[in-house]
Amino acid sequence: MALLEVRDLSVRFVRKSEPTVSAVDGVSFDVHPGSTVGLVGESGCGKSVTSLAIMGLLPGRGTEVTGSVNLEGSELLRLSRREFDRRRGKDLGMVFQDPLTSLNPVVPIGLQISEVIERHRGLSRRDASREAAKLLERVGIPDPDRRLKEYSHQLSGGMRQRALIAMALACEPRLLIADEPTTALDVTIQAQILTLLKELVAETGTALIMITHDLGVVAGMCDEVNVLYAGRIVERAQRHELFSQPRHPYTAGLMASVPRLDSPRGQRLAPIEGSVADNIPWEGGCAFSPRCGNALAVCRERAPELETVEQGRLLRCHNPIGAAEMERAHD
Amino acid sequence: MTDSSRTITGAETSPVGTDPADTLVEIDDLRVHFPIKRGIVLDRTVGHVYAVDGVSLRVGRGETYGLVGESGCGKSTLGKAVLRLERPTGGSIRFDGTDMARMSGEPLRRMRRRMQMVFQDTLSSLDPRQSVESLLVEGMRAHGLDRDGKSTERELRELLSSVGLPASALRKYPHEFSGGQRQRIGIARALAVRPDLVVADEPVSALDVSVQAQVLNLLEDLQEEFGLTYLVIAHDLAVVRHVARRIGVMYLGGLVEESDSDVLYEQPLHPYTRALLSAVPVPEPEVEDQRERILLSGDLPSPAAPPTGCRFHTRCPWRQPTRCDSERPELRDVGGGHRVACHYAEEIRDGIITPNSVEGNSSAGVS
Ligand SMILES: Nc1ncnc2c1ncn2[C@@H]1O[C@H](COP(=O)(O)OP(=O)(O)OP(=O)(O)O)[C@@H](O)[C@H]1O
Ligand SMILES: Nc1ncnc2c1ncn2[C@@H]1O[C@H](COP(=O)(O)OP(=O)(O)OP(=O)(O)O)[C@@H](O)[C@H]1O
Ligand code: SF4
Ligand SMILES: [Mg+2]
Ligand SMILES: [Mg+2]
Repeated sequence: MALLEVRDLSVRFVRKSEPTVSAVDGVSFDVHPGSTVGLVGESGCGKSVTSLAIMGLLPGRGTEVTGSVNLEGSELLRLSRREFDRRRGKDLGMVFQDPLTSLNPVVPIGLQISEVIERHRGLSRRDASREAAKLLERVGIPDPDRRLKEYSHQLSGGMRQRALIAMALACEPRLLIADEPTTALDVTIQAQILTLLKELVAETGTALIMITHDLGVVAGMCDEVNVLYAGRIVERAQRHELFSQPRHPYTAGLMASVPRLDSPRGQRLAPIEGSVADNIPWEGGCAFSPRCGNALAVCRERAPELETVEQGRLLRCHNPIGAAEMERAHD
Repeated sequence: MTDSSRTITGAETSPVGTDPADTLVEIDDLRVHFPIKRGIVLDRTVGHVYAVDGVSLRVGRGETYGLVGESGCGKSTLGKAVLRLERPTGGSIRFDGTDMARMSGEPLRRMRRRMQMVFQDTLSSLDPRQSVESLLVEGMRAHGLDRDGKSTERELRELLSSVGLPASALRKYPHEFSGGQRQRIGIARALAVRPDLVVADEPVSALDVSVQAQVLNLLEDLQEEFGLTYLVIAHDLAVVRHVARRIGVMYLGGLVEESDSDVLYEQPLHPYTRALLSAVPVPEPEVEDQRERILLSGDLPSPAAPPTGCRFHTRCPWRQPTRCDSERPELRDVGGGHRVACHYAEEIRDGIITPNSVEGNSSAGVS
C-alpha cells in the first residue's frame, strides 16, 4: 500500500485585480515507503507549490486547494491548522533550497533540533540533546557537541543544509520532501548531501519526494520520475525507462538541451524552442504545443489526457515520440 | 608516453600562445587581494581576502577559454581584473601585447571597447526605464561608433537578428522580456561595440535548461560570425566543457589544473579536478549507478586564511605526509600543455599513490 496518495491535487492563487494563477492542475501520484519519487521540470511548473500543498504550508488567504492528499489513510487536506502542525512534525519532514530561511537565526541549532525531539518523542531535555548530537553526527557534521551551540549563520551552506536535514529527521518522519535541496550548493557539497539522502532512504525506509530541475540528480536518485509542465504531469516512468526512451516531446527536449559532462566537445545542443512564456492555457489545447516539434492540429484544439501507454508509463501527449514506430511493430 | 620526470615551471610545450601573435590575453602571476577593514572609521586593515593569488594563463585569439571552480574561488574577480574593473594587487595582464596594468585615462578607455562583459543577468543591473534601443546605442555612442542614424539603425537590426530577436524588441523595455531574451539583449549590448574579447560570467546559470541550450548555441554561432575570443566563467563543469577548448580549474584563488577540454575530462590529474568531475551528475541512470564519487571532506577554507602549502591539502584524499602542507605546488606542465599544480601528479596518474579513505579524513579541513 502506498504511504502517500496524492489525487487530483490542484492549487489556484486567486487575487483581486490579478488574473487567477493555476499553479498545480490535477496532479496525482503515489509514494511508497523506502522509495524516491522525483518531480522534475523547469521554473514555475508547480514543483514547490505541490510540495507546499502536501505539507500544508500554503498561505490560506487567496489560495484554493482541491483534491486529496492521503497519508496512510488519513486525509491531510481536511486537517485543521493545529492538527496539521502536529502531523507535520511527526510524519512529514521537509528540506528546502535555502536552509537559512528555514532555520531560526537566534536559536542555537542544537536547541532547535532537540526541541523538535522533545516535543515529538517525549524525551527529557537532556536525552533530546544527546539525540540531537547523534543526529548531527549522522548527517556528517563533525564535532557535533560544539556545533550544537552554534547559530545558523556560523555554519557554511553545506553544514546548514545538513543541520536542516538533521532537523527534518529528528522525529523519524515517514516521508521526507526535499525541494531543490542542493541547488544553492557547490557540486562537491551537493555530492555529499545527495549521498547522505540516499543512505537515509536505504537505511531508515523513509520515503522521499525529490524535487529538482536537474536531470542528472534525478537520474541518480529517483526510482520513479514525474515530469511536470505548466502545472500538470506530462510523463511518468521508472527512471531507467524514462532516460533510455523519453516519450513526451518535452521530456526528450529537456534531455537534448542539457550539456553533458561525458559528451565530446563540439556536440551541438538541440534546445526546445521558445520559453514557458509561450505556453497556451491547458483549456485551449496542449500547453506545450507552441514549442513542440511534434505538434499536430489537434494539439491546439484539445488538451491531451494523462494515459497509461505501457506498463509503468503515463503520458499526456497526442503525438508522443516513437508512436508511429510502435504502431508499425504491432501490425 | 608517460615521462614522469618533472619539468620545471614554464610552459615550453604549451600548444596555445607559443606564438605571441596568437595570444590575445596573457595573464602573469595575477594577484587581487581585498583588504579586510575593521574599526569605526573603517581604516584599519586587519587582513586580506586572497581572491586571486598568483594566476598565470593565456587565452588564444579566437578560442574559448573556460574557467571553472566553486563559489568564492575567485573566478569573477579574475574576469573583472582582465577588464580592469578590478585593480590588480600584483602581476600583469597583457591584452593584445599591451600591458593593461600601466594604462589609464583615454588609452584605457579605448582599450576597453575591445573587451566586453556578459553577466549572469546583465540587464538587471541596468536602468529599467531605458528602452532596448537606448541601452544598445549607449555603448556605441560612448565609443564613437554611432555615426549616423540610418546606419546605426541598420546595425542594431542586424545585431538583434544575430542574437535571435525581432527588430520590434528595440522599442521595448527589459522587464517585457523573459530571462533568456534578456540574456540575448545583454549579449547584443556587449557585441554592439564590436569587441575582440567577451568575458562571460555565468552567462546561462540563471536560465532554464531549454533556454540555457539556446544561449549556448547562440554564443557558439556568434563566435563564428564575429571571430570572437571568449573567456567563459561558470561553476557548471558540464557547461564549460561544452563550450571551451581549454579549461582552467580554480581552487581558492589559484589555478590547480589547465588543459584541453577533452584531456581534462579523460585524464584529470589534480585531486580537486577529479573530485569535481566525479561530483557532476550525468543525466543517465546507468552512468550514475556505476560512478564512484570522490567525496571531499569538509568545506572550502576561507580565502582570507588559505591553508599553507597546497591550498587543497586540507581536503585532499591523495594528501601525502611530506610537501603537501608545507610547499605550495606550482602549476607545471606534465606534457602536451597539460598543466597541474600538484606535487604528486605523476604518481597519481600512474596509480603509485591512491586516495586515503574518506572516513579517516572526515573531520579534516573543516573550518
Ligand atoms: N503565493 C503565490 N501566489 C501567487 N502565485 C504563486 C505563488 N506561489 C507560486 N506561484 C506561482 O505558481 C507557479 C508555480 O510555482 P512553483 O513555485 O511551484 O514553481 P517551481 O516549479 O517550484 O519553480 P522553481 O523551479 O522556479 O522553483 C508559478 O507560476 C508561480 O509564479
Ligand atoms: N569587492 C570585494 N571586497 C572584498 N572581498 C571580495 C570582493 N569581491 C570578491 N570578494 C571575495 O573574494 C573571493 C572571490 O570572489 P569571486 O566573486 O571572485 O568568486 P567566484 O569564484 O566568482 O564565486 P561565485 O561562483 O560564487 O560567483 C570571495 O571570498 C569573495 O567574498
Ligand atoms: S599537492 Fe598534495 S594535497 Fe595538493 S592536490 Fe596534490 S596530493 Fe593533494
Ligand atoms: Mg521551486
Ligand atoms: Mg562569480
